[in-house]
Amino acid sequence: MFTRRHLIKAAGAGLALTGSGLELGSARAAGAAIDLPVSYRPPNYETPIEYFRTAITPNDAFFVRYHLSNIPEVDVKTWKIVVGGEGANGQAEFTLDDLKRLPAAELVAVNLCSGNRRGLFQPHVPGVQWSNGAMGCARWKGARLKDLLDKVGLKKEAIEIVFDGADSGVTDKTPDFIKSIPTWKAIEDTTLVAYEMNGAPLPHLNGFPARLIVPGWTGVYWMKHVTSISAVTRPESGFWMNTAYRIPLGRFPVVARFTSQETAVNTPITEIVVNSLITNPADGANVKMGPVAMGGIAWDGGYGINTVEVSSDGGKTWLAATLGEDLGRFAFRTFSYNFAPKAPGKQTVMARATNKIGQSQTTELIHNPAGYHHNVVHSVTFNVA
Amino acid sequence: MRAMIIALAASAIALAAAAEEKPVELKKGPGLDKVEDNCSGCHSLDYIVMNSPFPNAALWDAEVTKMIKAFGAPISDADAKVIADYLKQNYGS
Repeated sequence: MFTRRHLIKAAGAGLALTGSGLELGSARAAGAAIDLPVSYRPPNYETPIEYFRTAITPNDAFFVRYHLSNIPEVDVKTWKIVVGGEGANGQAEFTLDDLKRLPAAELVAVNLCSGNRRGLFQPHVPGVQWSNGAMGCARWKGARLKDLLDKVGLKKEAIEIVFDGADSGVTDKTPDFIKSIPTWKAIEDTTLVAYEMNGAPLPHLNGFPARLIVPGWTGVYWMKHVTSISAVTRPESGFWMNTAYRIPLGRFPVVARFTSQETAVNTPITEIVVNSLITNPADGANVKMGPVAMGGIAWDGGYGINTVEVSSDGGKTWLAATLGEDLGRFAFRTFSYNFAPKAPGKQTVMARATNKIGQSQTTELIHNPAGYHHNVVHSVTFNVA
Repeated sequence: MRAMIIALAASAIALAAAAEEKPVELKKGPGLDKVEDNCSGCHSLDYIVMNSPFPNAALWDAEVTKMIKAFGAPISDADAKVIADYLKQNYGS
């Protein structure tokens, strides 16, 4: 069996290998601006709340989430995506240059971990104990997935598109991280195989050289270091589809369904639920008596944010905040609000977002076994003096 | 085992790009050696600290079982019991 000593020795060998011509995605590593990871191995990083004061999250502060510890750095000279599967009419391979030769699409979209805020669940739910920062929003550029699929042609029976990435478990007994999405979602114009993030190559830990962008859906489908894309005529099975990332059927107000994967009791998580976060003042801050410039962000599964409202009386009355620039329906939408405290002392202020199809945030947590979809109204308490 | 060594070396390459892994010091107690030997091959031990002290005995049993049954950790029944007992004793509710 392996001890930490073995690992440190292996890490030393690994460092030597890194210098032997493997190409890095970007000099700036994902998570470089983050002091401490949530976990070292697999690497998980949470974006600190101050980076959410703007709609775009910088690459070096962007959250990182991996399930498995074997994450090879991809050499673009040999890397390719194999597109095919029994639900396709043929097979094709795409290098990074091939991807870049396809028509480029660009969009701003939130990548949000299904388990964002899991650490705030009561009762406690095991798993990575995220606070508010298992998310980020970037401008992604890449090829449309449907353009790759068009090169091989889909059979009309193809019901799901399956993705695998370069990462794997430490032992071959660990189920490889493989995910699928419904074909209807895969062929939407906004589903991309992205090779750029905020104008730069993807950082290694954000999926270099290319990752899937599934706007509106939670991050688990945004496969990093994509190596294969397969059309299938039967629902994909395996631990990461059949067991993990499922929510109880009918508990959450989501429109997008993944019917080929539904059972009598649960369903794969799909679109992001409407949510918001107050970024300033910080919880626990001391502010001067006078108008308080409040701010934050709101987001949803791609219907677009309609309103953000603020309450300073525990939710009895709500007043509209001012929405910031609209970077598209999948992006973070900033909001601001000038709060005028009537008297010094502790103030608690809440924010609540509503999207364009009338969905809003919950006041009571919808508890579920894996700790997904936490969109309870956020509040901050600060001291006015 | 050979596959595991190769995989470990490969995962170490990834570590170079992530934060340098710092040793996670778990509480001293009977079974700590089994925890370090069996768990740290696949994940850093901060996962244990992060998920404490909330789990009751049944939940720690379930977590150890999940690592073996769902994730394929090659842990003997005897070691699994020692590991679960250590976790309940030191990181349970």
